[in-house]
Amino acid sequence: MLLGMALAAGAEPPRLSPPADLFKAGTLSPVMPAPEVALTGSDGKPFSIARFRGKVVLLAFGFSNCGEVCPITLATLAGARKKLGAEAADVQVAYVTVDPERDTAAQMKKFLGSFDATFVGGVGTRAQLEAAYESYGISVSKVTNPDGSYTLGHSSSIYMIDREGGLRAVMPYGHPVDDFVHDLKILLQFS
Amino acid sequence: MTRRGWILSAPLIGAVLAGLGWAGFAPIEVSSREQLFEIPKGTYARRRAGDLVEILPDRIRLTVGLNDVLLIRNFDDVPQTFGPAIMMPGQSFRLPFERAASYQFICTAHASGQLTVDVEAEPVTPWARIHWRARQWWENRKK
Repeated sequence: MLLGMALAAGAEPPRLSPPADLFKAGTLSPVMPAPEVALTGSDGKPFSIARFRGKVVLLAFGFSNCGEVCPITLATLAGARKKLGAEAADVQVAYVTVDPERDTAAQMKKFLGSFDATFVGGVGTRAQLEAAYESYGISVSKVTNPDGSYTLGHSSSIYMIDREGGLRAVMPYGHPVDDFVHDLKILLQFS
Repeated sequence: MTRRGWILSAPLIGAVLAGLGWAGFAPIEVSSREQLFEIPKGTYARRRAGDLVEILPDRIRLTVGLNDVLLIRNFDDVPQTFGPAIMMPGQSFRLPFERAASYQFICTAHASGQLTVDVEAEPVTPWARIHWRARQWWENRKK
């Protein structure tokens, strides 16, 4: 009845919040706004959390020369979008580089496009990226190979941001496609 | 043992067997699947002042299907990182586990900065239930 009165008065309906125990991912409570980032998108547009408002965002960090973790993560996220069918239109994968030396916007676009053409990469200066890492608690460590090349170790969780920009859940690395589909359906339904 | 000895010890043997039977076959019931840990207010300040305060154990053991959810509450004045999440002051992080494995996490509430969560398989065999109950009893006794 209160909801009806509020709607009749022209007020916005209260946001429903899904119970934390429904999720396969780790959940944060109370939900707070996802830290904003100011980067450049692999599509040439500004890359920020606000840009994707209205969609459920899966935010992750990685790099295009990654041999194992990033391809697995991206293949999993692409698989989840595929399984969601039409609902996938409301899910945006946003992938921020941890390798500003090698990852240009064009390189990220090519890399991400090999998994799903809708994925958007985030690139920027070292300072811009380090601000983003700090906000999300991302650690990056450089390992130099004997031949002088290098690889990177990095945090590999996936941050789940609701349609209103709230950082709601964090899926640790290694969860299967079905766990993402499960949680995305909840987020799409409730937010 | 004499016949008299057997007769006298029979109730004891019966009680032990009944206890093992209960411990092995009765379903395990727990009041909550969540294992709660709290980071108290002032933790960061105490650590900065040189106090090697330990809030959480270095290892946490969970069991799938029984207590398989880690719940961390940050009552400190500063953000704290636990594993993949940064918890703002007043925020909680609830992390469920569905697979038995050993998980390593970064944890700023630890002096070492590391936390291990050992998640064990659900005890489904009688022996596993007896073992689980015995260990719970032993750990509760130490508290």
